[in-house]
Amino acid sequence: MADYKKPLPRPTATSMPFWQAAKRHELQIQHCGKCGAHIFYPRDVCPECFASDLQWVTVSGKGTVYSYTIARAPTHPAFADDVPYVIAIVELAEGPRITTNLVGCKLEEVRVGMPVQATFEDVTPEVTLVKFRPV
Amino acid sequence: MSIKGKAAIIGFAEMAPQKGNGDKTPLGIISEVARAAIADAGLEKRDIDGLLTGMAIGDYSVLWPSVVAEYLQLQPRYFNQVELGGASAAGMVWRAAAAIEAGMCHNVLCVLGDTRGTKATGTKPPPFPRLEAEFDAPYGLIAANPGYALIARRHMYEFGTTPEQMAKVAVDQRKNACKNPAALFGDKEITIDDVLNSRLIVDPLHLLEIVSPCTGGGAFIVTSAERAKRAPHRPVYLLGAGEAGGHCGITRARSLTTSLVKPAAQAAFAMAGVTPQDMDFVQPYDCYTITVIITLEDAGFCKKGEGGRFVWEHDLTYKGDFPCNTHGGQLSFGQPGLAGGMSHVIEAVRQLMGRGGERQVKGATIGYVNGNGGIMSEQCSLVLGVQ
Repeated sequence: MADYKKPLPRPTATSMPFWQAAKRHELQIQHCGKCGAHIFYPRDVCPECFASDLQWVTVSGKGTVYSYTIARAPTHPAFADDVPYVIAIVELAEGPRITTNLVGCKLEEVRVGMPVQATFEDVTPEVTLVKFRPV
Repeated sequence: MSIKGKAAIIGFAEMAPQKGNGDKTPLGIISEVARAAIADAGLEKRDIDGLLTGMAIGDYSVLWPSVVAEYLQLQPRYFNQVELGGASAAGMVWRAAAAIEAGMCHNVLCVLGDTRGTKATGTKPPPFPRLEAEFDAPYGLIAANPGYALIARRHMYEFGTTPEQMAKVAVDQRKNACKNPAALFGDKEITIDDVLNSRLIVDPLHLLEIVSPCTGGGAFIVTSAERAKRAPHRPVYLLGAGEAGGHCGITRARSLTTSLVKPAAQAAFAMAGVTPQDMDFVQPYDCYTITVIITLEDAGFCKKGEGGRFVWEHDLTYKGDFPCNTHGGQLSFGQPGLAGGMSHVIEAVRQLMGRGGERQVKGATIGYVNGNGGIMSEQCSLVLGVQ
């Protein structure tokens, strides 16, 4: 893992709880105490109603594939060894969409609308990425 | 107050796109097209008192409008950077018109030039947004290709749009490019099979559905409707403009298949007091084939979801029943970095001035232009016409 060359997130004070939760293999996003919106990526104020009353909540990790592409050529040189790989947008059961990779399924089985579940990949000792696999 | 009909484009110049980096710098390209556009408008350098330019990937720094003014030794009374990605050139047209109408200046030079990379300058390219680096890039959602592939896949899912329909856009636009000596890929027509047999890059998008980055640039001059009467060429008036934004990364877009072209185009047509069906041609930004299909739907040329069938059933060539990207579009003309959207504006002006040469749309008096930046994230629609 020491030779992990792909881009890694650089958490900020705002987003750190999300990445810390991922490291514990939990999916946490923000929830607005005023308007009830679930929010991803992490914000400082609710982007729907501008309230500051944001709480971190653990969510189900359930979602559906909103769209996907199979990268047949690397989208960045560091992904060359992964080709072909699936880049997807997953719509979480709670509403927000998240950029991710689909893992644990055959390429020809990937479909829009497919139910998926979050899975956690410890890519370095510090960083865990949130990926999704078919239910 | 409206800027409808208050300003006109009276001259333009364009560099033929070049493959690779070449030895030109963005400022070198900007100076050559600026000089030629000013001459084309029948003006002198001293007449230029407004400057709109845009970021160059090949020479990125702060204070770019001043760098350009200094390089050209202009003394603008109004100047700025329009930073709307591929929508920058379209965005310049109404900003120039608004500045002129507000009395801030008389003649605005709108100019973009960019290179394939940073070899000529040794500078660093502008970084992608930090939030995309944090939440998209770790999964390989980097730059434009996968973003538009996600859009195309969702459009196929919702509306049954087919790879053949998307390929048709590239095929027809290539026919137009074959009548454009400046086009990077204008030597040979292609077929649907050529497109579908080209390499899958980001499924469902094939190589021939994806723009080729290159070196190039263009410039045009905007002046008041009053001053335009003395111009050497037929003035091309800004009749309507509309703009829309709201996301940067495609994952955060409200919809992948109904784009911000909708409000931008609605505003442009409303200002002009015309409908899409009144257009003699369209020049929609075409970084990918799917971009054209969604733009035509959202601008109102066909119903939502029927864009695939629409491009299949219509002849998109300059002599067809729906002339679209008559210069070949970026797909065949080339995409000179962040100067890419310039070619759609300039081709619309060229057609309306009657300077289209072999690919002239006969009798064209009004046309639609759309600039699109990022991942469908910046939209600027224009209605341009002659009197």
